[in-house]
Amino acid sequence: MSFGALPDEKRGLVGVAFQSKSFALGFVLTGIFVLAGLISFVWTPYDATALAVADKLKSPSSLHWFGTDHFGRDIFSMIMVGARTSIAVAFVAVGIGIAAGVPLGLWAAARQASIVDEIIMRANDLVFAFPALLIAILITAVFGPSAINAIIAIGVFNIPVFARLARGAALTLWTREYILAARVAGKGAFRISGEHILPNIMNLLIVQGTIQFSLGILADAALSYVGLGAQPPTPSWGRMLADAQTMISLAPHMALFPGAAIVLTVLGLNLMGDGLRDLFDPKLRRSRS
Amino acid sequence: MSSLTKLMTTAAILVATSALAPAFAANTAITVGMVLEPPNLDPTSGAAAAIREVTYANIFQGLTRFDANGAIIPDLAKSWDISADGLAYTFHLATGVKFHDGSPFSADDVKFSLDRARAPDSTNAQKGLFADIASVDVVDPATVKVTLKKPNGSFLFNMAWGDAVILSPKSIATEATMPVGTGPFKFVNWVKGDHVELAKFDGYWGTAPKLDKVTFKFISDPSAAFAAMMAGDVDAFPVYPAPENLEQFKADPRFQVVVGNTEGETLLAMNNGKKPFDNIKVREAVAHAVNRKEIIDGAMFGYGTPIGTHFAPHNPDYVDLTAQSNYDPEKSKALLKEAGYPDGFTVSLKLPPPSYARRGGEIIAAELAKVGIKAEITNLEWAQWLEQVFKGKDYDLTIVSHTEPMDIDIYGRDNYYFNYKSEAFKKIMAELSGTTDPAQRSALLKQAQKRIADDYVNAFLFELPKTGVANAKIVGLWKNQPTPANDMSEVYWKD
Repeated sequence: MSFGALPDEKRGLVGVAFQSKSFALGFVLTGIFVLAGLISFVWTPYDATALAVADKLKSPSSLHWFGTDHFGRDIFSMIMVGARTSIAVAFVAVGIGIAAGVPLGLWAAARQASIVDEIIMRANDLVFAFPALLIAILITAVFGPSAINAIIAIGVFNIPVFARLARGAALTLWTREYILAARVAGKGAFRISGEHILPNIMNLLIVQGTIQFSLGILADAALSYVGLGAQPPTPSWGRMLADAQTMISLAPHMALFPGAAIVLTVLGLNLMGDGLRDLFDPKLRRSRS
Repeated sequence: MSSLTKLMTTAAILVATSALAPAFAANTAITVGMVLEPPNLDPTSGAAAAIREVTYANIFQGLTRFDANGAIIPDLAKSWDISADGLAYTFHLATGVKFHDGSPFSADDVKFSLDRARAPDSTNAQKGLFADIASVDVVDPATVKVTLKKPNGSFLFNMAWGDAVILSPKSIATEATMPVGTGPFKFVNWVKGDHVELAKFDGYWGTAPKLDKVTFKFISDPSAAFAAMMAGDVDAFPVYPAPENLEQFKADPRFQVVVGNTEGETLLAMNNGKKPFDNIKVREAVAHAVNRKEIIDGAMFGYGTPIGTHFAPHNPDYVDLTAQSNYDPEKSKALLKEAGYPDGFTVSLKLPPPSYARRGGEIIAAELAKVGIKAEITNLEWAQWLEQVFKGKDYDLTIVSHTEPMDIDIYGRDNYYFNYKSEAFKKIMAELSGTTDPAQRSALLKQAQKRIADDYVNAFLFELPKTGVANAKIVGLWKNQPTPANDMSEVYWKD
């Protein structure tokens, strides 16, 4: 887009990205938890679901790095497996939001001011008007609590976010000359949306996706906190917090570690989102170089 | 304002507040926390113990009643005569008794209530209590004669149950939502999902209660219960759901902690009518896979007595059968193999809200996994549990505490949610109800306990303790819970 980008391209996109301190920090924070989640598939210090009531409420030690919970389960292992659950729920939920929301938004933009546009956007407004967690509770209440339903619930309220974003960004692009050229060349709205519009709004989607991802982690934690997320014995950060609540005077570490895990992951994702926004925003980028 | 008037106003306010202070100090309202909300408020047509925990001795009264120690004492019947053959009970009723709607209580109400409870279409959850009644006759407005079909040694005990309270025919249609009884407190309102409010009934016939207002607040979440106690939103929690906090409450001078007994046999109930639990070997395998000590330590923080059958350990007739279903995972695996499930199987474990069930369920699921049984946990709300599991019998495994006293007879009911059908057990029960000799009764009760333990009907876990937490200034709460009840008639605040 801008010629000022040239020197950056030598370093590659990744190199540029790490120029942003917030992106780098966020990437490291998020990376730790993603890595922990991935490692948990092959190794955890202890079986995260194995109870050892005799060892309950042990403080952090060399044996149990993060201590044990009220059933004697190893909290470090539970955090690792919980990372997997949280990240998977948030990731798939954002995926649902993008997969359904972006095409809807592009379609609405392509048929600007038509009845299709109206129907799609008003339906989005309807979903958007509900508080996100309320929708999630509604869905899990009707279909029963489980990780799958939590994913669907969080995914549904991601749809309008992406639909609006895609439509708004696409609308400004539709007025551009190169789109006009493509139309003159005989390309249909479908091909234009896919070949010219989508690639040009991708950066916006990535930034929004990162932010929605962090909201997804929070929503999953909130749902499992009230017992509507992944069901026991599958560890989840939200339920670990809920279990810790009455034990807080006996074993503060039970609340501390899952709480810290949630905070750090969400912080990491938000920092990454901020960094990416700086990176993709041409105005900010020029001022930096 | 001149400084003189200012001074005078201040003085006046000081005088006024100091005069008012004693009036504030005499607290006559109490908020009592309960884990489960009653599905309705008619104790004569619902099995949930929560109904009686609100209404018993507060709103409703029976001919006889349980006192705090579980002894049977007179209530609406001041006294009674028993005929020599043990068949006719003549109850002399209290006089001057009024229902909360102002109508007078008389022998007709007793006849109406007992006849209603024992009618073929009765929805009473404990119809067995009335099974031996042949007829109820009104002798005069203050005397009722109950004739039995055969002598029944526990008839006065039966009449003390919360299910045998006396109702007024006038209010019967709305009893479930607007209960009207003869007790010291009258119903004020019920905010569903939150609380039931009672107020002192001015026309009460007995000793007037010291409290003016009683609120039962329903909090099933242990952490919310903790917060409510700490903040003073709840003054007393008779069965506090988070035993891990008891030490903290004990150390805090603002609170008193009284741990007593309940009549609550906590069970891992198995659906005897459904595969694979229709096979006694599988049930025995489950019984050996369950480690009671681990459950009591893990879910109850050590509070609770292990049981090996459906009987309260503090009862003199209790037989300790815990050794028969000891923790032995190897034996359990062998039994599963014999039963044709060498690789185990997958079943559902449906859990109601109390923390003993939710936490115990997690522990039991892990223990069952060790012998190859995969129990998938589903957490249900109380109303859902009553509907699906208790009424619908749609479950494989569940955990719940049966808090009624001497309720071993539930194993003789065909339609009960255990789906346990045993002619041998029914025979013991039939014999028991016809026996008045204490020694023989004791022998039969022991036989019944042995029978269900031998049939491994359920995995018997522990006797639920009454972990009572209350503000240190409250006097008169029950230490034990001999029947599901929170009797507030003698509770008061000391200064």
